[in-house]
Amino acid sequence: MALLTKKDASLILDPLTDNNPITIQVLGICSALAITAELKASIVMAISVIFVMALGNVVISLMRNIIPSKIRIIVQLIVVATLVIIVDQVLKAYQFELSKTLGAFIGLIITNCIIMGRFEAFALANGPWKSFLDGIGNALGYGVILIIVGFFRELLGSGTLLGFPVLGDPILKTGLYATGYENNGFMIIPPAALIVVGLIIWVQRSRNPALVEEN
Amino acid sequence: MALDTDKNSYTVIFAAVMVVVVGSILAFLASSLMPNIKENERFAKQQNILYAMGVNENGDDAGSVNFIPTDKVGAEFTTYIKEQLVIEGGKTTQDGEAYLIDLKKQLANKKKGKPYKLPLFIGEKDSKRLYIIPMYGKGLWDAIWGYIALDDTMTVQGVYFDHKGETAGLGANIKMRYFMDDFTGESILDGTKYAGIAVAKGNNDPLNKTKDDNEVDALAGATITGNGVAVMIKESVNLYKDYLETIRVK
Repeated sequence: MALLTKKDASLILDPLTDNNPITIQVLGICSALAITAELKASIVMAISVIFVMALGNVVISLMRNIIPSKIRIIVQLIVVATLVIIVDQVLKAYQFELSKTLGAFIGLIITNCIIMGRFEAFALANGPWKSFLDGIGNALGYGVILIIVGFFRELLGSGTLLGFPVLGDPILKTGLYATGYENNGFMIIPPAALIVVGLIIWVQRSRNPALVEEN
Repeated sequence: MALDTDKNSYTVIFAAVMVVVVGSILAFLASSLMPNIKENERFAKQQNILYAMGVNENGDDAGSVNFIPTDKVGAEFTTYIKEQLVIEGGKTTQDGEAYLIDLKKQLANKKKGKPYKLPLFIGEKDSKRLYIIPMYGKGLWDAIWGYIALDDTMTVQGVYFDHKGETAGLGANIKMRYFMDDFTGESILDGTKYAGIAVAKGNNDPLNKTKDDNEVDALAGATITGNGVAVMIKESVNLYKDYLETIRVK
């Protein structure tokens, strides 16, 4: 195949599994805790990060030979912040409803350590095309975990998915609730995300023992 | 040509150029998009005010919030909103653009002891006069705001809440219908006191059947945002107390 060499494909696929930014590199945990109480927010965040990370990686990669190393972190921060503000302003002008949904995430995207981490570790040393793929891959890896966590937290905590009641009505006691089932209020508070992420890490490492660090 | 990117002079020049470039891009973008953004914000305010007085496209089925679409909102706003008032230092005047008053700025003026303006809207729906009060307060992370529509017995006919950055899935749910709809029918009066409406945990009334207790059921996991809503309602209605006393049916 012509579009992606094997190495290029691994740039996208590795972060989804054995080099996942959240479960293996343990980056970006803060936003994984903050916004995964419902599935919709997780999806919106995942899409925004894919966009910002792919574009940011390309911009940093193009600038990699002229960025002074002493102030490279500040330059990276400016690039992320500028991209996010541009997206925010354009949405405010043309997609006002969507921009209101995203409003709460803007700050979380700018300070997402996965983005800074990829700029620093990858884009500064590689060409734009590879950086673009790396950005997409890592953002997808981040998004997948976010969506898994959001799925379980919304299902178990609120009994809904994307806002639709899938388990019946908890107040009128229909569906599953008729059997005495109750929503688990713990799932909607942030510490629950830590436990779900922990479980994902556990499952992933027990399936692939090579990922377990030696002491 | 090999660039010596480690030199101090290069670093300073790079930083300066970067600031100028980024600054111009953002300034250009902000000024070219400003008219669109301003218009969207105007529509949103009209939509929110109409939503609070029950002029919206909510169906009976799903619990989603449906505003009057932006292409119709201007016309609907003039149809339903009969008067726009500005209350300044006890004096009430008419102002057709009162809805554009930034409540946040006015409340800041009040705090500094400067003169301040309070907008108030009188709507008419099903030949019933509704008094719509804008509100502004703080949630857990950032600002919350909204509108509350009252009839002349000080019974809530509808509310709208919004927020800047409350937690998704928790505090952000103050703008969900299942929370906002609970307020309808509650009284903001306790006897003759403007008590507002408390967002109460454990009031054992999740369907909100009791309408005379000045309480609605709180959101799980959103205590501080909920308290913020309660404080916001109480403080806002008290700002308008003098005016409301003049129209209240006793």
